Amino acid sequence: MPASFPQYVTEAITGPLPDPPGVKLAKEGLKAKHPVVFVPGIVTGGLELWEGHQCAEGLFRKRLWGGTFGEIYKRPLCWAEHMSLDNETGLDPPGIRIRPVSGLVAADYFAPGYFVWAVLIANLARIGYEEKNMYMAAYDWRISFQNTEVRDQTLSTIKSNIELMVATSGGKKVVVIPHSMGVLYFLHFMKWVEAPAPMGGGGGSDWCAEHIKAVMNIGGPFLGVPKSVAGLLSAEARDIAVARGMAPGFLDMDVFGLQTLQHVMRMTRTWDSTMSMIPKGGDTIWGGLDWSPEEGYECSPKKPKNNNSEAGGQNGFGNLGNATQVHYGIMISFGKGVAELHSSKLERVDFRGAMKGNHLANTTCHDVWNEYHDMGVEGVKAVADFKVYTAGSVLDLLHFVAPKMMKRGGAHFSYGIADDLDDEKYEHYKYWSNPLETKLPNAPDMEILSMYGVGIPTERAYVYEFSPTPECFTPFRIDTSAEAGYEGTCLKGGVFSVDGDETVPTLSAGFMSAKGWRGKTRFNPSGIRTYIREYNHAPPANLLEGRGTQSGAHVDIMGNFALIEDILRVAAGATGQDLGGDRVYSDIFKWSERINLKL
Amino acid sequence: MASILRFRKLCILVPVKCSPVSYESHDAPEAEKKEDSPISAVEQVSEKPQVKKNKRQPKQWRCIDKCCWIIGYICTTWWLILFSFNCLTANLPGLKVPEPPGARLRREGLTALHPVVLVPGIVTGGLELWEGKPCSEGLFRKRLWGGNFAEIFKRPLCLLEHLSLDNETGLDPPGIRVRAVAGLVAADYFAPGYFVWANLIENLAKIGYEGKNMYMAAYDWRLSFQNTEIRDQTLSILKSQIELMYLTNGRKKVVVVPHSMGVIYFLHFLKWVEAPPPMGGGGGPDWCNKHVKAIMNIGPAFLGVPKAVGSLLSAESKDVAFLRAMAPGLFSSKTLGLQTLEHAMRVGRTWDSVISLLPKGGETIWGNLDWSPEEGHVCDSLKKRQLQASASDDKGNNSDSRRAFHVKELTKYGRIVSFGKNASELPSSQFSPLVFKVVSGSSTNSASVSCGKVWTEYNEMSHDSIRRVAENKAYTAETVMDLLRLVAPKLMQRAEAQFSHGIAEDLDDPKYNHYKYWSNPLETKLPNAPDMEIYCLYGAGLPTERSYVYKLTPSDRCKSIPFQIDGSADGSNSCLKGGVYFGDGDESVPVISGGFMCAKGWRGRTRFNPSGIATYIREYHHKAPTSLLEGRGLESGSHVAIMGNVAFIEDVLRVAAGASGAGLGGDKVYSDIMRMSERIDIRL
Repeated sequence: MPASFPQYVTEAITGPLPDPPGVKLAKEGLKAKHPVVFVPGIVTGGLELWEGHQCAEGLFRKRLWGGTFGEIYKRPLCWAEHMSLDNETGLDPPGIRIRPVSGLVAADYFAPGYFVWAVLIANLARIGYEEKNMYMAAYDWRISFQNTEVRDQTLSTIKSNIELMVATSGGKKVVVIPHSMGVLYFLHFMKWVEAPAPMGGGGGSDWCAEHIKAVMNIGGPFLGVPKSVAGLLSAEARDIAVARGMAPGFLDMDVFGLQTLQHVMRMTRTWDSTMSMIPKGGDTIWGGLDWSPEEGYECSPKKPKNNNSEAGGQNGFGNLGNATQVHYGIMISFGKGVAELHSSKLERVDFRGAMKGNHLANTTCHDVWNEYHDMGVEGVKAVADFKVYTAGSVLDLLHFVAPKMMKRGGAHFSYGIADDLDDEKYEHYKYWSNPLETKLPNAPDMEILSMYGVGIPTERAYVYEFSPTPECFTPFRIDTSAEAGYEGTCLKGGVFSVDGDETVPTLSAGFMSAKGWRGKTRFNPSGIRTYIREYNHAPPANLLEGRGTQSGAHVDIMGNFALIEDILRVAAGATGQDLGGDRVYSDIFKWSERINLKL
Repeated sequence: MASILRFRKLCILVPVKCSPVSYESHDAPEAEKKEDSPISAVEQVSEKPQVKKNKRQPKQWRCIDKCCWIIGYICTTWWLILFSFNCLTANLPGLKVPEPPGARLRREGLTALHPVVLVPGIVTGGLELWEGKPCSEGLFRKRLWGGNFAEIFKRPLCLLEHLSLDNETGLDPPGIRVRAVAGLVAADYFAPGYFVWANLIENLAKIGYEGKNMYMAAYDWRLSFQNTEIRDQTLSILKSQIELMYLTNGRKKVVVVPHSMGVIYFLHFLKWVEAPPPMGGGGGPDWCNKHVKAIMNIGPAFLGVPKAVGSLLSAESKDVAFLRAMAPGLFSSKTLGLQTLEHAMRVGRTWDSVISLLPKGGETIWGNLDWSPEEGHVCDSLKKRQLQASASDDKGNNSDSRRAFHVKELTKYGRIVSFGKNASELPSSQFSPLVFKVVSGSSTNSASVSCGKVWTEYNEMSHDSIRRVAENKAYTAETVMDLLRLVAPKLMQRAEAQFSHGIAEDLDDPKYNHYKYWSNPLETKLPNAPDMEIYCLYGAGLPTERSYVYKLTPSDRCKSIPFQIDGSADGSNSCLKGGVYFGDGDESVPVISGGFMCAKGWRGRTRFNPSGIATYIREYHHKAPTSLLEGRGLESGSHVAIMGNVAFIEDVLRVAAGASGAGLGGDKVYSDIMRMSERIDIRL
């Protein structure tokens, strides 16, 4: 709701507004009970300057990220330089210190008028929350999770604050609400806090059981997002980079001039955290060349989804005769036709051994460095000749095109599935943020809720092409001309889309709660209860509603009244069962069924 | 700078763009010239009008031309001013802003070592709204206090209602929750451009400090200290943050930098944290020694400030009320109509914390009717030098200088409040003995119908008792408490459960375990922390309110405050001005309050300081800013502006980077604090 309209005007147009959930529930008698911890996601948290180069004069403790972004327009190159991290270490470059804003202001509004947590905070305040029992666990979302502890001691700070809030609220456990990448960050935290001291927080094996009542994951990319692959590969994913995906409209092309993509890419490639969202679980989860769990998904939203996919489910995976079947398992394909071919007909040339070197003569774009220049023509060609990549081989692709970045990231993140969770190597922190390579803590009273929006087409796979002018552009680009000729319009502008919240596919957000952790599994040895709460997307009914009170989109869902009500009830003491257990609109259970994973 | 450059470009373009409109048609050669460099275009601008006058008929001088010319002129002048400003600051040595101390010390090799905790004082911390009455719609999580105060001007009464606390409990009134802003933003700037901590923070950042090793212990400064824990758990949070920073920074003890009232708040914390759980934080007897390296008290109000008396009695000190002293121009009478003082008083009297600033230690510290430790203080700075010299000569001969009546017009600072100028000067023998009786019960309630909206407790006092208050003529630090009990019974009743203002006879008495004594340095022992250091850092050399001359307000129905400072009382010696006697200090806190504990009360091993914590006095002599560019001054000694004092910042940085008090050079004293403390006769 634009604040400029007085309430009586809007009520005259739309009829009386529904009470915000906070007011409604306060009338029902709900009171603040459990302290609440927010964990913001990537991009939405503010970053401010503590030390900078000459060109950043006068920006001390001003926001470089978040807020008005005025500085991008004034001094774009200086801005990009400061936002980048060191390419070798993934930490601060010399002479530059950018730190997360702390406190609730860190992520209540991303930009003026663009709320992230503000609506939720306001509603929590209605039932009696205030600064002392609400805590925003702001962290530097650019660096890898373990590095936030190494550099800023952020994990220790979160631990200490949770302990403090539990102590000052009379022993009430906290309700944690992570959003987006914050979900993975908190997963990492839960392992860290119980791990012994040098690498972990030394909280002991029942820390989570003693301090956490529930983890309410909002739009959690547990198994990664395909968007991040496109973001890393070519700094584009319909909208530029992962960064832009979460904050549409703020990073405009013209700011950096013609070389936007390269600048953004060079910047985002120094951010280790983007690698935490590369699809995990490989072909087992995301599908191989010939099948995918979402097979049979009907993209046209007009038709009732259930009929068709029901049939697909009965036929199993082998339903290849159907022309509308989309091979979601092929995450990247070169050329539109390739994506639809049967795997046996593909001719692929292995790129892994291909020659690198044979440098492109880059005289025209000298100041924009990126690793593609090290790859040479041969390498680029080899990549394209391989034709198709699944979630598993996409990792090899990334290793090939961005070796430095992946080497750095490989030390902090892992994307596989554990065979034996008791293996000692899984005590290393790089596995902690991958739900398929860690056990949940031993906390049988804890609850895990996966809350996410559904009903919005979400990027799932891409059709790529060679970029026409390889000197000045990244050599690959999404083939925006690739359109599906037939009715099922899953392919649009070179992107195959599937059900989700616009950023995270349903599969990634829901699988762990639907199957991976449901009941007592090897990933969830203590049998923590899990619930799925889906929120079907309904676009705002009119302009006055702003970003909608029933939205299911990745960030806008934070203003969804149903979601807020769920959170308020849990914070006031309800359990997942009291909320009504699972609430599912998508086919998540069917899709999870198809995934063949040892539990 | 970028915006200036862009603006400059725009300015140059405007005249050029305008020129075709104005003279293209009739003046071809001129039009050709316009392709010249921008500078010549600017020159043309200045030539133009004469050309016009000669050649043009007045009727052709159209409106649009005028507009263009005016815009052109304005832009050109603006540009010239900016240009010269830039050139001057860069080139003239006198105008050059010196390098910030942080950058200099960094080059010396100082780096962040000990975590730093900042404790803001009264008034300077921001307050924001969490729940309010309908009139405060749309202010959720907006600052009611601090920031730009826009809302105070828009809806003053609503705001004052929200800033008030409950008159009975001293906590939130029902339906209103106003909370302290958290984080460094709480008190870095009080209002836009009016820095409080920002300078210090910036300089700390230069040697490597950042969010993880710098913490602003913001608290709701309206509440009594113990209530911040009861309502907000602020003390617990502070304890936990200090412990956290201690651990995450490689077990380096913290350096605490409290300011103004924050000083006694932190004193309270030191006792609280070691006290056992139900009332205290249960940190154990060596918590302070383990976690705190040094306390660098800025402008410490250890023994209270006389200003607090003035603000409680009549909501005015020299500058209206304590609040206004810190935020000049805020409570201008226009906002609140005629009853500014009454409103300010009503709100201020619900704030328990103000009571913590009343003078402590009674006549022993602040002096009695005839005597005061500051005796002989000369207010005129020129005379001072000569007199100081002679005084020190005298002292050599005269061991009992306190009784020396050689200076005729000795100011009787001991009389904190006196009614009438005469009463402030008379020798005490001419007073009738104190016949101070509380007669408040017989309230005839002086019919405040016409101005019923503004309630102050004075309405409940009878005229009779008001008159009797004035008849008592003079009050010392001790009797002034009785006076306050009479005129503000509710406030004092509430607050005396939270604060105490006496001097302890026996510090081991179990009653001193109660929290109300914790913020009074004269009624508590310092913690057992021999490795800790305590600094008293304060400005000196500014006239500071020390005692007041009052008069009865001419009876006016709507001015319900019966006393006011007698603004006409000016003394022959320049200590008395506008009804206020001034002493040495930092404009808010007299040196005696700021320095006594460090100079004598805690110096060495005393009963207030059983473990012999080292104390240091660092005074900063006030110098007014030499040029406009310096803003509020790099060598200021005034209460808040001292936070921008270069020498002060350097001291804090050095200690934070590991130096000890001896490393700084020990005491640095400009005022007479040592001599004054000497005169105070207190059992140590």
